[in-house]
Amino acid sequence: MDLFDKLKILTDSAKYDVACTSSGVDKTAQKGGIGSASACGICHSFAADGRCISLLKVLMTNYCVFDCKYCVNRRSNDVPRAAFTPRELAELTINFYRRNYIEGLFLSSGVIKTPDYTCERMIETLRILREDYRFSGYIHAKVIPGTDSALVSRLGMLADRLSVNLELPSLESLKLLAPDKSKTSILAPMGYLKNRIEENRSEIIQYKNAPTFAPAGQSTQIIIGATPETDYHILNLTESLYKKYKLKRVFYSAYIPVAEDSLLPSPDTSPPLFREHRLYQADWLIRFYGFSAGEILDQSHQTLNPYVDPKCNWALNHLELFPIEVNKAGYDELLRVPGIGVTGARRIMTARRASSLDFDGLKKTGIVLKRAKYFITCRGKIAEGVKITQDEILRALMSERELGMLSPKWEQLSVFDRENLIEEEMKKCLMAGIPDQTACAARIETAGFPI
Amino acid sequence: MCGPYRNCGFSDLIYRYDGSFEGFLCCVFESYEKNEIPRDIVSDFSQTSLIFEKNIDTDLQKAQRVLKAIPKRMGAAALTFIKEAFLTCLPKKELYMLLFLRKGFTHGASVMNMLADDVVNKLFKAVRHLSREVHLLKGFVRFSDYGGALAAQIEPKNFVLPLLSEHFCGRYPEETFLIHDKTHSAALIYKPYRCEIIPASDFVLPEACEAETVFRELWRLFYKTIEVEGRHNPKCRMSHMPKRYWKHMTELCCPEKAGAPLITGDKPIKKLT
Repeated sequence: MDLFDKLKILTDSAKYDVACTSSGVDKTAQKGGIGSASACGICHSFAADGRCISLLKVLMTNYCVFDCKYCVNRRSNDVPRAAFTPRELAELTINFYRRNYIEGLFLSSGVIKTPDYTCERMIETLRILREDYRFSGYIHAKVIPGTDSALVSRLGMLADRLSVNLELPSLESLKLLAPDKSKTSILAPMGYLKNRIEENRSEIIQYKNAPTFAPAGQSTQIIIGATPETDYHILNLTESLYKKYKLKRVFYSAYIPVAEDSLLPSPDTSPPLFREHRLYQADWLIRFYGFSAGEILDQSHQTLNPYVDPKCNWALNHLELFPIEVNKAGYDELLRVPGIGVTGARRIMTARRASSLDFDGLKKTGIVLKRAKYFITCRGKIAEGVKITQDEILRALMSERELGMLSPKWEQLSVFDRENLIEEEMKKCLMAGIPDQTACAARIETAGFPI
Repeated sequence: MCGPYRNCGFSDLIYRYDGSFEGFLCCVFESYEKNEIPRDIVSDFSQTSLIFEKNIDTDLQKAQRVLKAIPKRMGAAALTFIKEAFLTCLPKKELYMLLFLRKGFTHGASVMNMLADDVVNKLFKAVRHLSREVHLLKGFVRFSDYGGALAAQIEPKNFVLPLLSEHFCGRYPEETFLIHDKTHSAALIYKPYRCEIIPASDFVLPEACEAETVFRELWRLFYKTIEVEGRHNPKCRMSHMPKRYWKHMTELCCPEKAGAPLITGDKPIKKLT
């Protein structure tokens, strides 16, 4: 089998892993070596699905002894199999890297023979890169559930980021769909990584030249839509992973049917891309905006609102806190305003040091007022022509297309009917007691939302 | 009057300088010495205008005086900012930079906070545009191997080479490489461990050797395969990776035709000096 075939097979089987970031660590090349890394991460290209290509994302091999039902590489699936030799893969990585095609390597693998054997082959690849080529570029390696901790420790000394994929958001689903994996075989290495990373940080403080262990931390991935867990469940899980295991990122992957199985959604269901999008928005609120999972959803509201983004939804349900005065509000308060992000809030803080801001000045600093104007005052004044009521805001914030989602026949409705529809449906939608939620979600999926 | 002209007494004249940063600093010096603000500051000698023109000679001593005064009066960040602004493709950037510096000499370091001011805002936007282009090109530059030396071509809107050099020199310390900027007719040349930016107008990448084409094809194969078809979303790709960059990216320009060079031309690669 030539290199082209191998690359095709092993890329094809690696592509469902969503993580492709190269962020979290700053490094420059050693003398006589090659490669650096930048904390903000660098995208080298974007695939036709709009996802960033930063790392050479391949499997060591797609032979697998496991039989996870959601996975394209499961033992019982009849697909062409291939394996890289460590030397071959290291050479390919360096040749791509020299041409600036990639930021580094993302190495995962099917389980060949045993998890330990698989990990040894991955370690050998990384060793060749780090030692023989003196490569300082970014390496993200997967930890195979069930690997011996001594091997994981060695892997972590070579890689910048490690990840253990949670894959399914609950124990029941895991039991059902991934019979070879158990909750402990996933959470144990996660806990081990967390401890090892923390230990290493204090080593580095004590000894300047102590070798680093996974300097860019650990991440994980959860598959969305293969199993019945709600958004509320997933967000709570996410939050506890950030808190308990100090994860850098939790990635969500809309389930794309790769297998026919009575336990899984049928192969013709389209991937829940829009739900994934809303979950990422909520994830951002948790990581950068100081929200807790409980503020975004609760027991009685378990699904993210499809019509407005999670922050907007929160703000509309807490209108008593608004409007806030841009010239006085603290950074944390500014962050809670729909339409003002981290950059925007920082710019406002900077700009108002020089002079107090009016709406015109806000616009110039780059704040998009489309949503923000309903939640702020400038020098005590509300933006011209703006009324702050839930109805008014909802109507203004939803695009024609989103309004169309409320009723499939939106475009044919008369102005009078539209008004009526808005009054009723929006009230319901706002309270997240969305009428016939599944039907409405299905409409959204087929609307082909840009993510 | 609107735009940069607001609140300023403008003189009916234009400054003409040699296009260098030092030359620009001398324009600032002149503006203060003569207590005048020109309508424009240009470096293009081919154009003539009806308004009175003043040629500003580059005097390194004058430039040095202005250069020292900037961080002293408005902080080091303002100097970095003005140096970056000089690399942007903003029309009339020199005039905006002069107006910015005049504000800075009056208000001090707080000029960097005046984001709602027309002049400051205009320059900040231009610098942001530059920084974004620099960041994107750190990823989008595509090298080809020509007998051990690497070469790439770019067509950026802003003059990004000075800001790219640290990144690439730090990344490939043992390589010999060249990045040619077609828009600004300049090239970044690196040989261990020396780096230089030189003018280079008529430069064409040579034909790739066989080993090189193999890696290009492998990369194209990877690029095609990594897409998840169920998530096809060309609009999203376009917003992250504007089309004007595609021309020089291996995976997006046309695949190798038998023997045809990637970019047509018959001139050999310039020798690295």
